[in-house]
Amino acid sequence: MAGNSDPLSPRAKLAVTAGKAVAAASRAAGRGSGSVIGGRVALKLDPDLLARLAQNLDVVLVSATNGKTTTTRLIAEALRAAGPVVSNALGANMPAGITSALAGSSEARYGVIEVDEKYLAGVARDTDPKCIALLNLSRDQLDRAAETRMLAENWREGLAGSKAVIVANADDPLVVWAASSSPNVIWVAAGQMWKDDAWSCPSCGGVMQRPGDDWFCGECGFRRPTPSWALSGDHVLDPHGSAWPIHLQLPGRANKANAASSAAVAAVFGVPPQVALERMYQVQAVAGRYDVVQFQERDLRLLLAKNPAGWLETFSLIDPPPTPVILSVNARGADGTDTSWLWDVDYTRLTGHPICVIGDRKLDLAVRLEVANQQFQVCENLDQAVQMSPPGRIEVIANYTAFQDLRRRVGN
Amino acid sequence: MSDNQLRVVWIYPDLLSTYGDQGNALVVERRARQRGLDVARLDVRSDQAIPTSGDIYLIGGGEDRPQRLAAERLRRDGGLHRAVENGAIVFSVCAGYQILGHEFINDLGQREPGLGLIDVVSVRGEGERCVGDVLGDIDPRLGLPPLTGFENHQGVTHLGPTARPFAKVRLGNGNGTGDGTEGAYNDTVFGTYMHGPVLARNPLIADHLLKLALDVNALPPTDDRWYEALRNERIAAAQQPA
Repeated sequence: MAGNSDPLSPRAKLAVTAGKAVAAASRAAGRGSGSVIGGRVALKLDPDLLARLAQNLDVVLVSATNGKTTTTRLIAEALRAAGPVVSNALGANMPAGITSALAGSSEARYGVIEVDEKYLAGVARDTDPKCIALLNLSRDQLDRAAETRMLAENWREGLAGSKAVIVANADDPLVVWAASSSPNVIWVAAGQMWKDDAWSCPSCGGVMQRPGDDWFCGECGFRRPTPSWALSGDHVLDPHGSAWPIHLQLPGRANKANAASSAAVAAVFGVPPQVALERMYQVQAVAGRYDVVQFQERDLRLLLAKNPAGWLETFSLIDPPPTPVILSVNARGADGTDTSWLWDVDYTRLTGHPICVIGDRKLDLAVRLEVANQQFQVCENLDQAVQMSPPGRIEVIANYTAFQDLRRRVGN
Repeated sequence: MSDNQLRVVWIYPDLLSTYGDQGNALVVERRARQRGLDVARLDVRSDQAIPTSGDIYLIGGGEDRPQRLAAERLRRDGGLHRAVENGAIVFSVCAGYQILGHEFINDLGQREPGLGLIDVVSVRGEGERCVGDVLGDIDPRLGLPPLTGFENHQGVTHLGPTARPFAKVRLGNGNGTGDGTEGAYNDTVFGTYMHGPVLARNPLIADHLLKLALDVNALPPTDDRWYEALRNERIAAAQQPA
């Protein structure tokens, strides 16, 4: 086993210990898991700690706008077939959180790491990954994040010299452009419903042509690469043309796409798709997402959607009308403080669903739904919205901090 | 307006539709339909010709490179000039606002010619990016209630003699010139830095555009209680200390 058999330097050991102590103190003070503050302290004491912790692991990095936490879980489950795995399963995806997660295990052979889009290039430099999975890129929190194409540019530059195998979504032109600077790419036709961030060629600026599932730039010839893996309905097609059924407890097309990419990553480490996909079935809910909870004697399914692409995929997986829907939107720091993105979401897809809106920015939702000619009720809180909702399981869709509020309220 | 159909043109969704500004087209469309009008919405991609027979043209914000590409293609197309000559109303936001002026600074740091449909020149600000809720008072000549919106830009826009400031900010930056002006307009062409989208936050601006396009002084009333509630909330929020 490759485990962390090489002893860490005394400095690195001290940093790990100090980080754990601070994390424990933070936990004891009731300030969450403490992983981020612990990681920060550890990195201060030893700035190279992340690189040291990673050097005895086979590292997989996972980045995307949407689906990175879930895919990290799916890959971690799949690779456990081959050996012990350490992972930042709770979604702390910046260098401090990643450092903290890796410091948590000295036994692991594989490190499966979710990375915030903005930090991918740096974390890839530090951790010398064997594999990097790139799922999708789309607009998200534009009042505080980099422009979407700049992120793709940043990935492209950061990955240009990488020795890692890049597993990349052939159906997202921004991802393809970012990945195609690398010498070793495995293309997965994982699909993408949201297309509105890639009508303009990332390479030359020409207008993209998108006949059916294909895409190409009419001006410079930049086009969809031929995939070796593909999501096809409920199956993953492997490079040999074999079709493997996807059995997931997680709902929706996007998660099947995540499973297809995860199977391609697992194969890089010698885990066959059949084994990988069977293991992925064990993943039930990811950090509370997709969880069905009981609240006020009703069943609520909690769905996280943070940006237009995420809402689009989420609308496609909810139960059909007249299933009641509760929407909750906040605009706190972690959400982005601009709610304009709500207008890039097509709420006419909710026609026929009874809708209640809650959250800090329920009035933005109210105007949005009014203009989309939808019937809706504005409620003070989750309790009231549940009481107002007609019978049946309720689909609750929320953005980031609104989702955390929901979990707290339902005790999940 | 011809054939009793109001034509609402949404310009270049492939390039200038990044900050939710297509909501402006949705609001105009909805409020026109609520008044019993037949509305045709035309989304024109940047490889298509701009129709010259539209009634209201809307342009949104975008990232720096798409802004340059949009300016190049709109200049080459020429259709928007002909539409304005035909009396069309144009309402533009952020990157779109800069494009309608004489020039702006493009993604390569160079001066890029705009369309010259409104008498403004934009440069890049030296300070921090202007991000946050804005509250202002719209030019009293327009008879509209206070302006609420969200700004997210680095631009500084200077007005020439034939452009009037659309509003004066009470909170926020607007044109970034330090004199408190926000946006610019002439008889038929409007520009603003406000997202939100601005017409969802200020539905009476949408009605003003409709009145200009229809050449009427009044429109039948609509039930605006959710707009009003949102406006009150955002105006109060803008006044809260950060």
